[in-house]
Amino acid sequence: MSTALAESAAGGLNPLRQTKPRYGEKVIRVILFAAAAVSILTTFGIVISVLIPSLEFFSEIPLTEFLFTTTWTPLFANPQYGVLPLIMGTMVITVIAIAIAIPLGLGSAIYLSEYAKPKARKVLKPTLEVLAGIPTVVFGFFALEFITELVLKPIFPQIDIFNALSAGIVMGIMIIPTIASLSEDAMAAVPGGLRDGAYALGATKRQVALRVVVPAALSGIVAAFVLGISRAIGETMIVTIAAGLQPNMTLNPLEGMQTMTSYIAAAGAGDVATGSIEYKSIFAVGMLLFIITFFMNMISIRLVRKYRQAYQ
Amino acid sequence: MSEIHDPQAPQSTSDLNNTGRMDVSAVLEGAEIPEAVSNIVFDLANVQVYYGDFQAVRDVTMQIGRNEITAFIGPSGCGKSTLLRSFNRMNDLIPGARVEGLLAYHGFNIYAPDVDPIEVRRRIGMVFQKPNVFPKSIYENVAYGPKVNGMKVNMDDLVEECLTKAALWDEVKDDLKKSAYALSGGQQQRLVIARCIAVKPEVILMDEPCASLDPIATAKIEDLMKELAKDYTIVIVTHNMQQAARVSERTAFFTADVDANGVRHGRLVEYGPTRRIFTAPHDPRTEDYISGRFG
Amino acid sequence: MTTTLTSPASSSPIDLEGKGQPIVDKTFRWILFLCLAVGVVFLAVLLVYVTIKGWPRLTPTLWENMPSIRRPEQAGAQSAITGTLWVIGFTALFALPVGFLGAVYMEEYANPTSRFTRFVEINIQNLAAVPSIVYGILGLAIFARALALGQTVITAGLTLALLVLPVIIVSTREALRAVPQNIRHGSLALGATLWQTTWRQTMPAAVPGMATGTILALSRAIGEAAPLLLLGAVTFISFNPTGPFSAYTTLPIQIYNWTKESREEFQILASATIVLLLVILLAMNAVAILIRNRTQKRW
Repeated sequence: MSTALAESAAGGLNPLRQTKPRYGEKVIRVILFAAAAVSILTTFGIVISVLIPSLEFFSEIPLTEFLFTTTWTPLFANPQYGVLPLIMGTMVITVIAIAIAIPLGLGSAIYLSEYAKPKARKVLKPTLEVLAGIPTVVFGFFALEFITELVLKPIFPQIDIFNALSAGIVMGIMIIPTIASLSEDAMAAVPGGLRDGAYALGATKRQVALRVVVPAALSGIVAAFVLGISRAIGETMIVTIAAGLQPNMTLNPLEGMQTMTSYIAAAGAGDVATGSIEYKSIFAVGMLLFIITFFMNMISIRLVRKYRQAYQ
Repeated sequence: MSEIHDPQAPQSTSDLNNTGRMDVSAVLEGAEIPEAVSNIVFDLANVQVYYGDFQAVRDVTMQIGRNEITAFIGPSGCGKSTLLRSFNRMNDLIPGARVEGLLAYHGFNIYAPDVDPIEVRRRIGMVFQKPNVFPKSIYENVAYGPKVNGMKVNMDDLVEECLTKAALWDEVKDDLKKSAYALSGGQQQRLVIARCIAVKPEVILMDEPCASLDPIATAKIEDLMKELAKDYTIVIVTHNMQQAARVSERTAFFTADVDANGVRHGRLVEYGPTRRIFTAPHDPRTEDYISGRFG
Repeated sequence: MTTTLTSPASSSPIDLEGKGQPIVDKTFRWILFLCLAVGVVFLAVLLVYVTIKGWPRLTPTLWENMPSIRRPEQAGAQSAITGTLWVIGFTALFALPVGFLGAVYMEEYANPTSRFTRFVEINIQNLAAVPSIVYGILGLAIFARALALGQTVITAGLTLALLVLPVIIVSTREALRAVPQNIRHGSLALGATLWQTTWRQTMPAAVPGMATGTILALSRAIGEAAPLLLLGAVTFISFNPTGPFSAYTTLPIQIYNWTKESREEFQILASATIVLLLVILLAMNAVAILIRNRTQKRW
C-alpha cells in the first residue's frame, strides 16, 4: 500500500523544503522577546526617573552639602538640604529591626530546619508565610496603636507618640519571615550526608546545627541577613505611620524621626510644585535609597549564587 | 549492561557452550532477503553526529528499506538513539548538535539549508522509550497531530482508524474522553503509536519502545509492529536482541570505540539481513555481541 | 581450643547514658522554639487586636457607605473597595500577559547561556528586591507626568503591574519547568511548531502553577500602599472610580488616611477596614492553596 508521499526522483524540488514561510512563528518570537525585555525597560525606567531630576537637583545643591550637613528642611522658607538626619533615622530604625529580626529569624530557621517534626512544620511554616503576607500598612497601624500605646508607654512614660522603637520592633518582626525562609533554604541545601556524618560521631542536634549546618549554609544565611537589612532600609509604611515625619539627628529610639522612605512618601503625597527644588529633592533621596538597596541586593544575589553552586 | 539473556523472552535452546552462537532459528521467520536494499527510503553516507566538539557517532553508511523493519542493536552508549534522532531532526533540540555527511530521505538531504524540520517530522514520526502521552483525553491525543498540521479530515473517523490500526480501539472505544493517564503503560504506548500514525507519516522511528513495558505488553507491540510494517517503514532501536531477531528484516549492529581519553564514540560495525547477522555475522565483534561474550 | 569470654571490667550493666550536656541542648532547643513563638504570638496578638478594636464597625455600613470626615459614625469604605477592584483589575491586565509571555520566552525560546538571558534574570532578581516606594517614584515620573496619564487608576495599575511582574515571571517559570520535557518532545515529533507546542501543551500543563503565582502577585498588589502615596491615592476620595482615568483610593490607603486622624472613631474604622482587607487576602490565599492541593499532577 502506498503512503501519502509519492516517489520522487533525485532531481526536482526537495519535498522537505520549507513551503510555508511561518511568519506567525517569527512574530510570536518577537512578541515574547519584548515581554521579557520589559524587565530591562523597568530597570532603565527606574534609573532614568531618579537620575534626571537628581542631576538637576545636584546642579543647584552641591553633593557635599547634601551628604554632609545635618539639617533637612526642604519645605521651610530657608531650605536646608543635609540628608544626614534622614540617613540617621533610617539607620536607627534599621538597627533596631535587624537586632530583632536576625536572631529571631535565624533561630526560627534553625528550629524549622533541624528540630521541627513534619507535623509541626506543617503548621509553623504557613504561620510565617501568613506573617509575611500582612500588608505593611497594617503593621504600621499596629505599631502606632498597640505597641506604642499599650506596650511601650507603660515602660517608658516619656516616650513620644511617634518613636523609632515602636517602628523598629514591628519592622523587625515583619522581616523575620524573609530571613527565616532564605536561611532555611540555605540550610536545606546542605547535604544530609554532612549531618549524618556528625550524628554518627555522637554529636547532639545542637552541635550539628551550630557546628555543621550553619557554617555550611553560611553564605546563604548571610545573603538572608543582607536582604533583610535591605528590606528594612526600604520599608515605608511602618515608619511613615509610627515614627513620625520630623527629621531628627538623634540616636534616641524613644523619639520620632524621619527616614529616607518616609520623606519621599510625605513629600510625594503632599502638594509640591513640579519642577521645584523641593520636588527634585524627592528624587535625590530616592536615588540615594535606590543606590544603597541596589548594592545590598547585588551582594545578596551573589551570595545566594555562591551557595547554590556549592551544593548543586 | 547489555541484555544477553532476556529470561522473559521466548527461549530457544541456547547453545552457548558448543558453537558460542545463540540459536535463534526458532525465532527468525520469513524468507531470506538479499543483502542490498531494494527500495531505499534513507540513504546514509559517512554520517557523523556531533554534540559540540564531541563526536557521538562516526561514519555511518547504510540504507533503510521501505516497508521493512530495521533494528539498531548494540551495547549502551554507542550512539544508536543519537543516530535515530537525527533521522527526524530531533537532535536539533539539543544545543550544539550537528550532523555531517549525507543523510538523504528519498534522495534529498534532510539537513539541506532549505529544509523545514517541521516538514521532516510530519513524515518521519517517533515513538519514545517512555510513553509520553499528553495530559489530555485519548481522543485529543490522537487528534493533536492532524490539528496542528492543519489536516482537513473527519476527525472522528481518523481517530477511530488510527486507534484501530494501533490495536487499541476495542479497549478504549467506550470512553474516548477518558484521560490518557488512566491507561496502562502498554496501552499508552499504543496510544502514542496511534497518535503518530494520525499525521500519516511514511516512517516510524521507535526508540526502545518496549523498554518500560511488561512482557505481555511488549508482545502486543511487537505484533503491532509487524502489522504496521505493511504500511510504514520502521526503524527500531532495541537493547533486546531477541526482539530484534523476532521483528526485524534487517539489523544494524553498533559498538563504541573508546579513544585514548576513555571517551566513547559510536560506530556502525555491520549491517545486513537479520537472518544473516544472527546466523553468520561477518565481523567478529558482531559475533561476540550476539553470542554474549561481551556486553 | 575454646575461647573464653572475659568478664567485663565493671560488674554493672553497660552504661549508655549520655555524658553530654543535656541541659544546654534542651535550653538551646527551647530558645529556638521561642524565636519562632515570638513571631507566631505577635501575629496572633495583631489579629486579635484589630478584630476587637474594629468590631463595632464591622457592619454593612463599612461597604455600603462612602468615607466621611465630618460624620465618622456614618463613614464607610466603599470607594476604597471599588478603587481596589479597579486598580487590581488593571494591574492584572498589564502584569499577567507580560509576565506569562516573558516567562515563556525565558523558558521555552531563549538560549539559556546567552548574555541577554542572564541579563534579564539578574534584572528580575534585582527588581524583586527594589523598595516599593521606588516604584512609586517610577510611576510618578514616567506614567503620571511624562506620559501624562495623571494620578489615576491606570497609572496605579501600571505601576503596581511593574511591581509584581517579577513575582509572576518567577512563578510562571517554575511552573513551566515542572512540565516534563518529553511532553514537548512528543508534540514536536508530530510536526508541531514551538509555539503550537508551547500554547497547546506546555502552558496548559503549567496552569495550576501559573494560577497560584498570579494569586500571590495580586495579593501583594492589593496590600501595597507606599507607591500609591506618590500617585494621588491620598486625596480624599468619596466616590467610586468612573473609569481608567478616574481618581481613586484603595483599601490600604484608606486605612492609612484614617490611621493618621487623631479621633478615636477613625482608629476604629481603620481597624475594621484592616479586618476587611485581611479577610480578602485570606480568601485569595485559601484559593491558591486549594488549587495547589487539588492539582498534584503525577507525571
